[in-house]
Amino acid sequence: MNTACPIPIADYPTVTLAHGGGGALMHQLIERMFRGAFSNALLDAGHDGAVFAVDGERMALTTDSYVVRPLFFPGGDIGTLAVNGTVNDLAMCGAQPLYLTLGMILEEGLPMETLWRAVQSIQRAAGEADVRIVTGDTKVVDRGKGDGIYLNTAGTGVLRTKTDIAPKRIREGDAILLSGDIGRHGMAIMAVREGLEFESEIQSDCAPVVEPVMALLNAGVEVHSLRDLTRGGLAGGLIEHARTAGMTVRISEARIPVREEVQGACELLGLDPLYVANEGRFIVFVPQDQAERALTVMRACAVSSEATQIGSVTGRDRAVVHMESRIGSLRIVDLLSGEQLPRIC
Amino acid sequence: MKYLDEYRDAEGARKYAAALARITTRPWTIMEVCGGQTHAIIKYGIDTLLPDGVTLAHGPGCPVCVTPVELINKAIEIAARPNVIFCSFGDMLRVPGTERDLFSVKAAGGDVRIVYSPMDAVELARKNPDREVVFFAVGFETTAPANAMAVYRAAKDDLSNFSMLVSHVLVPPAMESVLSAPQNKVQGFLAAGHVCTVMGYEEYPALARKYQVPIVVTGFEPLDILQGVYMVVKQLEEGRAEVENQYARSVRKEGNRPAIDMIRKVFTVIPRKWRGVGEIPQSGLGLRDEFKVFDAETRFGVADQTAEEASECISGLILQGVKKPSDCPAFGVRCTPEKPLGATMVSSEGACAAYYRYRADS
Repeated sequence: MNTACPIPIADYPTVTLAHGGGGALMHQLIERMFRGAFSNALLDAGHDGAVFAVDGERMALTTDSYVVRPLFFPGGDIGTLAVNGTVNDLAMCGAQPLYLTLGMILEEGLPMETLWRAVQSIQRAAGEADVRIVTGDTKVVDRGKGDGIYLNTAGTGVLRTKTDIAPKRIREGDAILLSGDIGRHGMAIMAVREGLEFESEIQSDCAPVVEPVMALLNAGVEVHSLRDLTRGGLAGGLIEHARTAGMTVRISEARIPVREEVQGACELLGLDPLYVANEGRFIVFVPQDQAERALTVMRACAVSSEATQIGSVTGRDRAVVHMESRIGSLRIVDLLSGEQLPRIC
Repeated sequence: MKYLDEYRDAEGARKYAAALARITTRPWTIMEVCGGQTHAIIKYGIDTLLPDGVTLAHGPGCPVCVTPVELINKAIEIAARPNVIFCSFGDMLRVPGTERDLFSVKAAGGDVRIVYSPMDAVELARKNPDREVVFFAVGFETTAPANAMAVYRAAKDDLSNFSMLVSHVLVPPAMESVLSAPQNKVQGFLAAGHVCTVMGYEEYPALARKYQVPIVVTGFEPLDILQGVYMVVKQLEEGRAEVENQYARSVRKEGNRPAIDMIRKVFTVIPRKWRGVGEIPQSGLGLRDEFKVFDAETRFGVADQTAEEASECISGLILQGVKKPSDCPAFGVRCTPEKPLGATMVSSEGACAAYYRYRADS
């Protein structure tokens, strides 16, 4: 057994925030340390959740932890995130979510009223997503050792498709459909956290996306892959597909919907909405000849009513994402090192 | 979005590129001064729309990039002290000092905070009277007024626990340094629109005359830059060397008077060291004597420290427009955003970062 640390100490003797930012450093940590240590067929599939069969029934299992600050923000809170995030990860495997676990790490001194608000919101979100919280755990840590509430949810569900839905299944010519406008969740959090005020308040897009995914599967659309666009944003989801499948992906900047208030906030801070987190958006890869039908199905659901095609899988020559800019030139879209940082001027 | 969409229009870009091709008869090298312009050029592929022979050299206008390593070291040393709240703009945190960066200080337990305005740091000082609050004042003339205002306010409110680590540099002396260098290839400038919004452009005619270079004050959107290049090439082709203003929707000749007054009230012009370039006379700002009490270097006893740059990094030549990131043997191999040799690889305005982010495959 190799006991040497796979992340060279000379590079990073300690964990930095960038190791959790959804960029190249986090990718490196997962690939080199975690996947190296735990490697097995299910994990190595590199999906949002693991897919396996129990007595002939195909199931999906996933987990996620939630450490958002502030706990409550326009359009959602830590409770809605904890339910929708895990439910959406299951949906991305093509599974109908059934059961969630709920782990809470609470900080000493947290007002009971705040906890109750979060619990009520978990209850509401679980109802909307049609899942049940079936087991849980509670721990309390010393004051100053947590941000009030940390949540972890694991979820399981039953697959509603016979074929695999995974990045490696995307094919040359596939259409890439985006379920709606991007960047709202990340900018809503940043606006509240940093006390930035804009003319119109930015609301997080936090929502379950199970309905449109099940509708696509029920309509018989041949879904090759799905990805929710959380940390790392649209760019992260596309790059992961290009790399896993070894395909060139091409998108058009002008076709990506971004609300004016999000665009404005991004311009002001020097951020690129392509990398900003979402909590109710996903991309889907389908054969081009089924794209129109898929869009019609998606647009019939409120959460994806603005679904649109943003690009396609163009070939197998290089595993990269190309974007046609608004002025018609072509550039590469690559992973950032860590989280985006606001610029100086 | 108004004021943006019309400057990112594909049809308009094609028209300017065609007009530029019509008036260009020989090769020209033009420097865009500001790192924000460099990023727009690489992000939108504006250089690929230019006629053969018209070359854009990337300039020194990246405040993060030109901050000397010894100041980064000073910042790191101050930030690591137990009673300090160290405030900085976000993109300074990844800039490598001799041994580590500010992110590592934060990971090791230092209280390092990203702020959006120096006034946020003043507010922190007010709320934490038992802590020392230090603001890392990096930037060109664009950030100087707000930083001056922060010191002015701290002085007025008698906030003795606030101080500033000042690393302010000025654009015109850097342009002159580029022009007077023996290896200079730059024949015309796109001057930095944001700097001129604050300072105006009365400083530039002398420069244009002395070195016989056209200078066009230029904005940051694709069509701004294409129009700026067109205006410079037109002057070059006609044998003119004048100062013109492309960015008239933001820049007035005399600049923003109250902002300039605030800078002069708090800061005075001093010589400054530029990372990778060396000392340039009269090229920076330091606190005036009456505000010296807010100088973090003196307060924390780090004023005399010096440090040498990493030898392999050629950012000095890149910042002077002599070389491009793609000319560097370490680029993308021994120098990446995860493990940078120089600040040009990590700053959101650094030329190496732009090439890495938008052209990593070429």
